[in-house]
Amino acid sequence: MASPPADRVTYREAVREAIREALLRDPRVFLMGEDVGRYGGAYAVSKGLLAEFGPERIRDTPLSESTFVGAGIGAALGGTRPIVEVMTVNFSLLALDQIVNNAATIRHMSGGGFSVPLVIRMATGAGRQLAAQHAHSLEGWFAHVPGLRIVTPATIEDARGMLWTALENPDPVLIFEHQALYNLEGELPAGAGAVDIDRAAVRRPGRDVTLVTYGGTLVKTLAAAETLAGENIHAEVIDLRTLRPLDMDTVLASVRKTRRVVVVDEGWRSGSLAGEILARIAESAFYDLDAPVRRVCSAEVPIPYPKHLEDAALPQPAAVVEAVRALVPAGAAA
Amino acid sequence: MTGTLDAVRAQHLLREMLRIRRFEEKCAELYSAGKIRGFLHLYIGEEAVAAGAMQALAADDAVVATYREHGHALARGIPAEALMAEMFGKQEGCSRGRGGSMHVFDAATRFYGGNAIVGGGLPIAVGLALADAYLGRQRVTACFFGDGATAEGEFHESMNLAALWRLPVLFLCENNLYAMGTRIERALSQTDLTAKARTYGMPAECVDGMDVLAVERAARQAADAVRGGGGPFFLECRTYRFRAHSMFDAELYRDKAEVEDWKKRDPIALLRTTLEAAAIVDEAAAARLDGEVQREIARAVEFADAGSWEPVEQLTRDVYTPAAEKAHGFAAS
Ligand SMILES: Cc1ncc(C[n+]2csc(CCOP(=O)(O)OP(=O)(O)O)c2C)c(N)n1
Repeated sequence: MASPPADRVTYREAVREAIREALLRDPRVFLMGEDVGRYGGAYAVSKGLLAEFGPERIRDTPLSESTFVGAGIGAALGGTRPIVEVMTVNFSLLALDQIVNNAATIRHMSGGGFSVPLVIRMATGAGRQLAAQHAHSLEGWFAHVPGLRIVTPATIEDARGMLWTALENPDPVLIFEHQALYNLEGELPAGAGAVDIDRAAVRRPGRDVTLVTYGGTLVKTLAAAETLAGENIHAEVIDLRTLRPLDMDTVLASVRKTRRVVVVDEGWRSGSLAGEILARIAESAFYDLDAPVRRVCSAEVPIPYPKHLEDAALPQPAAVVEAVRALVPAGAAA
Repeated sequence: MTGTLDAVRAQHLLREMLRIRRFEEKCAELYSAGKIRGFLHLYIGEEAVAAGAMQALAADDAVVATYREHGHALARGIPAEALMAEMFGKQEGCSRGRGGSMHVFDAATRFYGGNAIVGGGLPIAVGLALADAYLGRQRVTACFFGDGATAEGEFHESMNLAALWRLPVLFLCENNLYAMGTRIERALSQTDLTAKARTYGMPAECVDGMDVLAVERAARQAADAVRGGGGPFFLECRTYRFRAHSMFDAELYRDKAEVEDWKKRDPIALLRTTLEAAAIVDEAAAARLDGEVQREIARAVEFADAGSWEPVEQLTRDVYTPAAEKAHGFAAS
């Protein structure tokens, strides 16, 4: 069998390549977190980096989420460019104090005297039967906090490109990598590098309905759009990419064109980011709408372990298709 | 201790402690007058710790403090004017008025807060020290915290990580026996904090926190050990706050007699007695010094009073770094 072409990579490899590039480009950059070194990363993202860069730059930490995240803040204040890996967003709750009370506030509380150029990467999301304490999608919570920037690479190119842009940002950036994406394979254009983290992207153009999503649900939403195309309903798919600050211009432009919208968000419906996006659409584009707004979110339950229940709890392409069908009357899309 | 007493240095310590005392007495007054609002935690009684410990630091060392940090800020060299303006919330304050009493920051003196979360500064100090170690700089990060903070998980995590990575942190524990109204015996299974720190494999010592000369000496030795590459050092300063925890505290949890007993060991009076015995300072000189300090504080109040309120139009500034600032300095080339 022929080996795959060199530019076909997994999401995991793209993240690793982004970290490698950062380490090569800037001696101030180092990676720190639980099991990032000898073990190679809980999701094998940093495999091989310890051998290449040594233990000063690929630092295994004790199980001390609050302190190694806080140490990342201090190290950033001290002039380095740490990349802190938190195994999963679930464990970041032990570091919530440092992220919310320090990383997000220091610039403001110091009257602009100090910035915190820290990058925190963490895995998020469900889909691998890891049960409730390893599978929650809490990026929407962090997106609630002013002072943080929240980015969610959903494609190989963003997995490769968002890290460097984040490192160049003088403020704290949290990168959420959906754990179901690590094995995703795709083409990475030769010379792919930093990407902008300010704008949402139109991943599939369409005219009948706007599907707004991000991160792990982009793949599912694109699958739904494909099914809908078979029914002659052409969905435009927007990938938010950055959850804070939200690029509503791109979303509103699309909604004004298609006049219908469904938001797909792996967060729980109550208090979700999806709710915020729909509220902003209602505030700014209410009279442009031809149908009520809709959202497909996770069921209001801690993510269960059995596969059928986990699947039922998460947004699935079929639910997106169904939501769209309810909005687009038969024949409207002719 | 008078045998080796350096007159100039001792007088400097007296002045520094007086500056803190008078500044804070003025703050209490201004609080009652409504000029200072929010939480106000006074440091009166504990001046010897900040004044003594700060002598051990060089200009490019870093300081991380708590919400009871006016003393640390003044002793570190933040001008009284900028500090008082911060207490008022005026934009001439060292944190542009955005932080207030509990969040004093100052880039010029590498003062990284002012943290109102008990224990929250410890990991940041570890990180500042990590940056120094990583970048090969011979600097020390001094981290002040109370006995109450030693019950927080972040204390243990930070001790462990600093010792594990041999980071240049000078941990300065201000053991004033109380966390708000909870006395140390009611909160900690191990009340010997120095012994506790040693279990992390770092050198630890305990000093009389009412004796500024002793604090200074111990802090210098500790900072030298840290600077020499010995890893972190834990210095416990046994002290006492003469005032309530904050301006809202009715102080129902401790005997007046206990407070009066400790006041007999007032660090300012103690040093004055020593200096008078050594004929370094007499009554007149002490009065002169106090007069100078009082005038400095009066000027600070005038400065703060004359300061301006930040326009509400600027409410959302300093949440993120403006694009213009992003362009230079941060991106690695
Ligand atoms: C995490 C956290 N818990 C509780 C509080 C409320 N609080 C403020 S100060 C304080 C006591 C702290 O005592 P200690 O660390 O000994 O410092 P001291 O006030 O004696 O200087 C408490 C409980 C807080 N600010 N942060």
